[in-house]
Amino acid sequence: MFNIERWQEIFESMGKNKLQTFLTMISVFFGIFILVILVGFSSGIENGVRSEFEQDATNRLSVWTGRTTKGYKGLNPGRIIQLRNGDFEEINRKHEEDIEYKSGLYSIWGAEVTYKKENGNYRVEGAAPDQQFIENASMISGRFLNQGDIDGGLKVAVIGQLMKSELFKEEDPIGKSIKVFGISFTVIGVYSDPGGEREEKRAFIPLTTAQRVFNAGDKLRSLVYTVKMSDNFDEAVALSASLRDQLEYELKSKHSVDPEDRSAVRVFDTLEEAKQIYGLIDTIRAVFWFIGLGTIIAGVMGVSNIMLIVVKERTKEIGIRKAIGALPSSIIAMILQEAIFITAIAGFLGLFAGVGLLELIGPQIDSDFIKFPQVDFNTAMITVTVLVAAGALAGFVPARRAAHIKPIEALRDE
Amino acid sequence: MGSNSLHVLKGIDFSVSEGEMVAIMGSSGSGKSTFLNILGMLDEADEGAYMLDGKPIKNLNEKVAAKYRNQFLGFIFQSFNLITYKSALDNVAMPLYYQGVKRNVRTEKAMHYLEKVGLGDWADHLPNQLSGGQKQRVAIARALASEPKVLLADEPTGALDTTTSYEVMELIQAINDEGKTILCVTHEEDIAHMCKRIVNLKDGKIIDDSFVKQVSAKASANV
Repeated sequence: MFNIERWQEIFESMGKNKLQTFLTMISVFFGIFILVILVGFSSGIENGVRSEFEQDATNRLSVWTGRTTKGYKGLNPGRIIQLRNGDFEEINRKHEEDIEYKSGLYSIWGAEVTYKKENGNYRVEGAAPDQQFIENASMISGRFLNQGDIDGGLKVAVIGQLMKSELFKEEDPIGKSIKVFGISFTVIGVYSDPGGEREEKRAFIPLTTAQRVFNAGDKLRSLVYTVKMSDNFDEAVALSASLRDQLEYELKSKHSVDPEDRSAVRVFDTLEEAKQIYGLIDTIRAVFWFIGLGTIIAGVMGVSNIMLIVVKERTKEIGIRKAIGALPSSIIAMILQEAIFITAIAGFLGLFAGVGLLELIGPQIDSDFIKFPQVDFNTAMITVTVLVAAGALAGFVPARRAAHIKPIEALRDE
Repeated sequence: MGSNSLHVLKGIDFSVSEGEMVAIMGSSGSGKSTFLNILGMLDEADEGAYMLDGKPIKNLNEKVAAKYRNQFLGFIFQSFNLITYKSALDNVAMPLYYQGVKRNVRTEKAMHYLEKVGLGDWADHLPNQLSGGQKQRVAIARALASEPKVLLADEPTGALDTTTSYEVMELIQAINDEGKTILCVTHEEDIAHMCKRIVNLKDGKIIDDSFVKQVSAKASANV
């Protein structure tokens, strides 16, 4: 394998067929290059979508209400359906065994929040302690809301990281007092949220406090839950979907809403959505691999083709070699090695170019649905294996043909 | 070759002992090349036996045939059959490479044989930088490099002019004088008479097999 003569011969042979070798290498190069880019982007899409879902727990169910659009049981359309503490408690009681975390929400959009001379508009949400897990939020400092805050209706707030840096700059916000519409709240914690900016410009306050200070009584804007996850993803999806249907049915019948009315009561099932999107990602990935492999096969055909030309052009030479004692195996090895060498060199260049390009442009891609397009080590290894196998395959047919050359026929004088 | 099979050789009883120099003559189609190819294990006879150095040569697979060719036989062709992109030295070293001889030994040995055919100074030249006679001498050096017992020459002077032909024959005679057995296919009377024995083939049969008085190629060249 590693003798100088063999390599010399390979280079001599490549030198004799410069143009064909070059064109073949280009086709293999682009085959791998395109495969790497496609695979990179499919992983980018996967990362992007996954991070979209990571903003909140994937097993989240949220309930929203709005105006009825259809008359029902003698009631006019256009009624506002209002969620109340009672709805929340009733659902909790009924579906206790299916629910993991729960929170009723009362939120104010664009509330004016002030700290000393700094101020801004933020979303302020009255929530339960479970909200931390429903939001996938993690604490950077201090603590999240607890049951004591709720029970006591305390004026405390947990603020998002971005909100903290906008209002407090470098200052430590814990224990400091911020004003929401002029009402003082003590900051007890700072959180970060994988949802990024949008989700970190929020403050959470105890639900009871929110309802009291904003004169909401027992009104709720929305309900959020997470469904208990089973180990089996499909089972979890099924449970989540059935819970969604039940909640929708119960709320609609309780508030006398037409079962067909889509805007009065909406229950959003993240898991079902996730399942569909993940299914889509799988399809995209499969399609990308298919296209990529197709391109490689085209390139490999090129290698096979050029090796056939090489064998044909060297028929006489191979005949001479056999006449002076070359074993068929050494002829096969010679052709095979050349094929693998051409594929490997062109392929590795393509691999590096593809990975390089992804490294270069990857960080500049800032889209919600494509994040960090890259090729992981495993994929690279698979690509390399595919390459070498392809090279061997490409060389095999021509090599066998070369080994079967009869010296007597090759040497016959024309 | 399917239904067009043609019996080129029709019963040949022939033996050569060590150190002989035999010319095989015949018009084209007489079967002389086929005969040589069978002797050279490049082709196989449908019937009959062939013993080389006491070993039966029969039903060889390609691997064994390749090994025997390498060990026992050296080939010289009419059209030289040098590998065009290799230097004279590398061409001569080729059989040794397939014998698995180490690189430096190989080069040394190849150089020795190149010098022997008088082309020591042309070692680095490519075949297309050499004259016909020089090419044939490189081919002879290559045939000798593996130190074969028998040298098979198929019209070794067929592509050469008379003067060059005699030079090449002079070299072949010298090799024979050192004890190598040589079989030489030719259709030229003068070349045939530079051998020690002439076998005449016609329509696949030996019609004449006689020892002759060898004509010195050197003397002929000086005429």
